[in-house]
Amino acid sequence: MNDIDEIVKGIYLKEPRAIGRAISIIEDGDQRAGALLKQINAKNIQESTILGITGPIGTGKSTIINQLIAHYRKQGNRVGIVAIDPSSPVSGGAFLGDRIRMMRHAMDKDVVVRSMATRGKQGGLCAAAAAAVRIMICSGCDPVIIETVGVGQAEIDVVRLADITILVLAPGVGDEIQMMKAGIIEIADIVVVNKAECPGADSLFMELENVLHQRNCTVCRVIAREAYGIEKLAVFIGVIDKERRKSGQFTNKRKQTRETEIIDYAIEMMRDELRRRLKEYPGNYTGDPRTIARKLIDDICIAELDTSKRNCPEVFL
Amino acid sequence: MNKHPAFVEWKETVLKKTLERFPERQKEFKTDSGFPAERLALPEEIDDKYLLKIGFPGQYPFTRGVQPTMYRGRLWTMRQYAGFSSAEESNKRYRYLLEQGTTGLSVAFDLPTQIGYDSDHKISRGEVGRVGAAIDTFADMEALFNGIPLDKVSTSMTINSPTAILLAMYVVVAERQGIKPAQLAGTVQNDILKEYIARGTYIFPPHPSIRLMTDIIEWCSREMPQFNTISVSGYHIREAGSTAVQEIAFTFANACTYVEAAICAGLDVDVFAPRMTFFFNASSDFLEEIAKFRAARRLWARLMKERFKAKDPASLKLRFHTQTAGYTLTAQQVDNNIVRVTLQALAAVLGGTQSLHTNSRDEALTLPLEDSVRTALRTQQIIAYESGVCNTVDPLAGSYYIENLTDRMEQEISALIDRIDAAGGMIAAIESGSVQRQIEESSYTYQQQIENGERIVIGQNKFQETKEVSPPVFQINKFIEENQVMKLLKIRAERDNQKVRKSLAHLEEAVRGKENVMPHVIEAVRCYATLGEICDVLRKVFGVYEETKGY
Amino acid sequence: MDIQQCRGRILIGKPGLDGHDRGAKIIARSLRDDGFEVIYTGIRRTPEEIALTAIQEDVDVVGLSVLSGAHNELFPEVLKALHQAKGGDIPVIGGGIIPEEDIQHLKELGMYEIFTSGTPVQTILNTFREATEKYRQRKHKII
Ligand SMILES: Nc1nc2c(ncn2[C@@H]2O[C@H](COP(=O)(O)OP(=O)(O)O)[C@@H](O)[C@H]2O)c(=O)[nH]1
Ligand SMILES: [Mg+2]
Repeated sequence: MNDIDEIVKGIYLKEPRAIGRAISIIEDGDQRAGALLKQINAKNIQESTILGITGPIGTGKSTIINQLIAHYRKQGNRVGIVAIDPSSPVSGGAFLGDRIRMMRHAMDKDVVVRSMATRGKQGGLCAAAAAAVRIMICSGCDPVIIETVGVGQAEIDVVRLADITILVLAPGVGDEIQMMKAGIIEIADIVVVNKAECPGADSLFMELENVLHQRNCTVCRVIAREAYGIEKLAVFIGVIDKERRKSGQFTNKRKQTRETEIIDYAIEMMRDELRRRLKEYPGNYTGDPRTIARKLIDDICIAELDTSKRNCPEVFL
Repeated sequence: MNKHPAFVEWKETVLKKTLERFPERQKEFKTDSGFPAERLALPEEIDDKYLLKIGFPGQYPFTRGVQPTMYRGRLWTMRQYAGFSSAEESNKRYRYLLEQGTTGLSVAFDLPTQIGYDSDHKISRGEVGRVGAAIDTFADMEALFNGIPLDKVSTSMTINSPTAILLAMYVVVAERQGIKPAQLAGTVQNDILKEYIARGTYIFPPHPSIRLMTDIIEWCSREMPQFNTISVSGYHIREAGSTAVQEIAFTFANACTYVEAAICAGLDVDVFAPRMTFFFNASSDFLEEIAKFRAARRLWARLMKERFKAKDPASLKLRFHTQTAGYTLTAQQVDNNIVRVTLQALAAVLGGTQSLHTNSRDEALTLPLEDSVRTALRTQQIIAYESGVCNTVDPLAGSYYIENLTDRMEQEISALIDRIDAAGGMIAAIESGSVQRQIEESSYTYQQQIENGERIVIGQNKFQETKEVSPPVFQINKFIEENQVMKLLKIRAERDNQKVRKSLAHLEEAVRGKENVMPHVIEAVRCYATLGEICDVLRKVFGVYEETKGY
Repeated sequence: MDIQQCRGRILIGKPGLDGHDRGAKIIARSLRDDGFEVIYTGIRRTPEEIALTAIQEDVDVVGLSVLSGAHNELFPEVLKALHQAKGGDIPVIGGGIIPEEDIQHLKELGMYEIFTSGTPVQTILNTFREATEKYRQRKHKII
C-alpha cells in the first residue's frame, strides 16, 4: 500500500487500507502528499454535507455522533467521522478516545472513522482535517462529521470547515459562559442540550433560547445515550442543509472555507522559509518585531522578483 | 483489672452473652513462656476519647473488631477462591480443598458466564473455562456441586451482573438435593458498581443493574435469610490501581448507593444491612493496611448509624472477606510471593478479617497449581495455629502509630466520600468517568514509582536474579471448550423448548414490569433455559453498558 | 506553533472478555507521555474489530493485552484478521500473563514481541519505538 495511484484507486473503491493510508500521507507531511491531493478532486464534493460537532469535553459529542451514525446508516448512507483530540503540549503525544463510543459500528465498513490529534499546529490541522474529509467524501461518505473539543482557536478553525456547525452542551459539564465568550456559540447553527434527563437541563435550555432567539439558531434537547431527540436533530440538520443549498449560502460558505484553506496552506509553506531567514537576520532581533517581519516579507518578495534561483518548498503541510 | 464502668458493662453484657453462646476455642490461651495471654489488653486509664474512638470489640464503633472475642472464639474462615475450566474439574478441586481443611467454598466462573454469554457464543471463543467454571445451564451447576451437601457448606460465588441467574441455579440444585433455600448459607458478590469502576464484567447500565440487585435482596430476605446477598468489593478497585484510601472510600460510596436503593425499594435497613458483607484487599504496606481495616470498621458503623439510622447492632458491623493483593506478586523469583502473601495475610488478621483468601505463589503467572494452593492455605494455618496472634483481640490497639494512622485513614476516606456525594453520588461519578480517572491516576503514579526506583519491588527492580528458572504452569484442558459446547448443544436439543420459550416470555414480562424477577428466573432455570438466553432477555429490555473512555 | 512530527500512532486493544485494563491503560498513557498518539479500543473487542480499527486509523503498531490466559487463541486471531484486512505488515506487540513456551510459539506465528507482567515500562516503550520507526520507514517518504 505505498503506490500513490494504487492508493487513489483504493479510495474510490472504498478500501479501508487505502483511505487510512491516504490520510496519513497528508497528516504526516509525506512528500507524496501534493501528488495525492491533486488526484482526489472529488466531483461529489459539492453533494456531500460536512457536519461540525463541537463543545466542551464530556458533553456527549461522541455519543451523539454514535447515534447519528446509526441514523444515517439506516438511511443507507455511508458516513465518515474525523474525530479530533488535543495533543499534549508537553510530550506531543495524544490520547484519542472518541472512537470508544463508536465501537458499535466497528465492523461496519461503511462507517469510516479517523482519529486525529491537533499536533500543536494551527493551519496544519485544518489542512490535514480538510484533506481527510475530502478523502472520505471521495470514498462515498455523506455526511462527514468532524468532532472537536471546543477549547482553542485551532479547533474553532476546524469547525469552520463544516457546512453546518452543532454545538453540544450539557448541564453541569464545562463552562457554558466560557463557550459563549469564546465565540463558538456565534458560529453554531444548532445548539444541542444533551443529557436532557439530568437536573439543570431545562434551565440551560431556556437560558440558551433566550440568548439565541434573535439569531437564526435552533436549540434542541437530546438524551444521546438513549437516542432520544436524535431523529429530530437529524431533521433540523436536513432542513438547514436544504435551505442553504437552495439559497446559495452553501456554495458561498464552501468558497469561504476554501479561501481559508488556501491561506492556511500558504502560511504553512512560508513558515519554514521565514524561520530560515530569521536565523540569518543580524543581531538578536532586538528591533520592533513588526518592522522585522515586514523586512522579512519584503526580502522574500525581492528574492522572488530577483530570479527564482532558489527552490521554495513545494507542498508543505 | 480495669474497673471502668464502661468496661464492666461491656464485660457483663456483650462479652458474657457471647461467651455463653460461643465459648472460646480453648480454656486458656498462653504465650510461649507459659503465662496467660490477655483476651483484651487495655490502657491503664480509659478516657472518653478512648471510648469514642476505640471502644471494646463487638461494640460500637467496632474499631477493635466485630466480635468480642474475635479469633479466640472462632478463627476466620479460610476460603480459597477456585474454579477450573469445567464444572467437573472444579468439583474435584472443591472436594480436595474441603479435605484439606478449608471451611468455605469460593466459586470462580469463567468470563463468558460472568458476562452472560453461552459457551457457544462467538465472543466466548478462547475464554471458555479459562478463569473459572463454565456454566451454561443448571446441569453444569449440578455437576459443580456434585456430592457436596449444600446445607453443610457455605458457598461464596464471585458473580455480579448475572447474579440472579447463578443464584437461581444454586437454589434449584439444592432443591434437587432436597434442601430448602432457607437452609443455604453463603455469599454472592452481586456488587455491580465496582464492575464499571474496576473489574469490567458489567452487562447492563447502572440503573437496571441496581434494580436486579434490589430484586435479589428483597427475594432473599424472604426466602434465603441466611445468605449474604451482596459483598461490596474494594478488592478489585485496589487491584485496578487505587490507593488504600480510595479502595475503602469507593467501596463505601458504592455500598451507600445500594443501601439507598434498598431503602427506596421499601426494605428496612435493619433487615437488609446485616446481610451485606464486604471484600477488601490486603496489600503490602503492613501497618497502613491494618489501620485501613480498623478505620473502615469505625467509619462504616458511623455511616450506618448516623446516615441511615440503623438500629440493629448487626447493621453497624463491617464484616469482610479479605484477599491478599494479586497485583503485588511478581513473575520473577516466584517463591518470594509466599513471603509477600504471608505479610499481607497477617495484616488482614491483625486487621480483624472474617474470612481470608491467600494467593498462591504462581498467581502472577498462571492459574495456581495444586501444591501452590496448598502452601497458600498452609500460610493461613500457620498464622492461625502457630503465630499466637489469635490469642488476643486487636493486639495493635493503642500503638501511637497505628491509632494515629487509623484516625488519618478515616479522615481521608470520609473526605473522599464527601467529595463523591457533593458531585452527585457514585452513579454520576462513574458515568462521568471521574472515579475511573482517579484510579488510573493512582495506578500510573504507582507504576512510575516502580520505574524510577522510588518504590522497591524485590526481584523486579532490586535484587534481581540474572537467571530466572521458569516454574511449571497450570495447563488447562484443551478440549474444554469443545466438550462444554457439546454438552450445551445436547441440552438444547433434549429440553422442552416450548417450555423454555414460555418461561422466557414470562420473565420478559416481569422484567418490563415491576414484579420481582427472581421467581421467573428460577422457573426459566428449571426448564434448562441457558444463562445466555436469560441474559438476552435482560439485554433486550435493559440495553447494554458502554464504558467511559478515561483521561 | 510548530508542525510536530508525531512519534507514531498506536492502537491499544483488549481482545477477549477480561476487564482488567490496568496494564493496558498504563501502557497507553506511557506511550502518550512518550509522544505517541494512542487509540484505545476499550475492553471486550473481537479480533476483527481490532484489526479493522487498526486499518482505518492506519496505526504503526498494534498493542494487545490479554490477562485471561486466552492469548494463544486471541493473538493469532488478531494477526489473521489484520492480514485479511491488508494490514498483515503492521507489527503486533502482546502483553499478559504468558508462559515462556507460549511466547516462543506466538513469536513464530508473527507476533513482534511479547511482554509479561513485571517488565519495566521503559523496555516496552523502547520496543514500541523501534517497531514504529521501522514501520514508518516503510510507510512514508518524509521530506
Ligand atoms: N446522563 C447522560 N449521560 C450521557 C448522555 N450522553 C452521553 N452521556 C455520557 O457523558 C459522558 C461523555 O460522553 P462523550 O460522548 O464521550 O462526550 P464527549 O467528550 O463530548 O465526546 C459519557 O459518560 C456518556 O455516557 C445522556 O444523554 N445522558
Ligand atoms: Mg468525544
